[in-house]
Amino acid sequence: MYKPDIIQYISLNHYLILGAALFAIGLIGVMVRKNIIIVFMCIELMLNAVNLILAATSTFYSDSGGQVMVFFTMAVAAAEVSVGLAIIVMMYKNIHSLNIDLFNRLKG
Amino acid sequence: MNIDYIFYLLTALTIICATMVVVSKHPIRSVLFLVATFFCISAHYILLNAQFLALVNIVVYAGAIMVLFLFVIMFLNLNKEVERNKSILYWLGAIVSAGCIFLMLVSSVGKVALTNGNIEKENYTLGLVENIGMSLYTDYLFPMEICSVLFLVAMIGVVLLSRKENKFTTNTVSNV
Repeated sequence: MYKPDIIQYISLNHYLILGAALFAIGLIGVMVRKNIIIVFMCIELMLNAVNLILAATSTFYSDSGGQVMVFFTMAVAAAEVSVGLAIIVMMYKNIHSLNIDLFNRLKG
Repeated sequence: MNIDYIFYLLTALTIICATMVVVSKHPIRSVLFLVATFFCISAHYILLNAQFLALVNIVVYAGAIMVLFLFVIMFLNLNKEVERNKSILYWLGAIVSAGCIFLMLVSSVGKVALTNGNIEKENYTLGLVENIGMSLYTDYLFPMEICSVLFLVAMIGVVLLSRKENKFTTNTVSNV
């Protein structure tokens, strides 16, 4: 049976720290940027950080549940992106801007 | 070349590309760096022997979602005055708070004392397409069906959202 070399040389903590770093970078983007499309992309980056942690844990513990969970996360992300971008396009037609501070008119 | 050098190289590349997504001014440049980040994460999946996830990550994320982003960015003409009031104080506050969350996550990783793999049931072929499909259609059949319903709902929602506004109102008015 093929055993991946990564298990012998790299511990799981490396992957967890990498995922935490990617999550923090995405969080900085969500908090700082004003362009709503870039904020949306940073949310995708945070989702991918969590996906990487799930896949690494699944491989290190020999359990396929984590990888199936990553698959469902990708499906939900695809649906979310399509609906979110449709909302962004409709809001752009109304307020002619991509500034996230003007998107508070979405309430109600 | 040992495999841990490949891991560290890929990790550095991933972090740099993810930082460039946040830092770069133009949204199209940001999208391209995000595609590069997704390719690096797919390489991580291949290192972890999760080949199905690597393929799906490239096809779904880099192929479909990023094309959707590029399409929307090119569809809306960008005005430069979006990022006008960005002072250094915003960046400082965001970096400090995100760094606090990063430190919290890292310290919790250190506390957990993870073992390096499950010794009793070593099964390193579970990331292949055959095994993932087998577990997807037996153990996780119901979430799979719910996923298809979710896609149907998302499709109907997008079609409903992107209808012409005036046609919608005239239809409702004429119906009433």
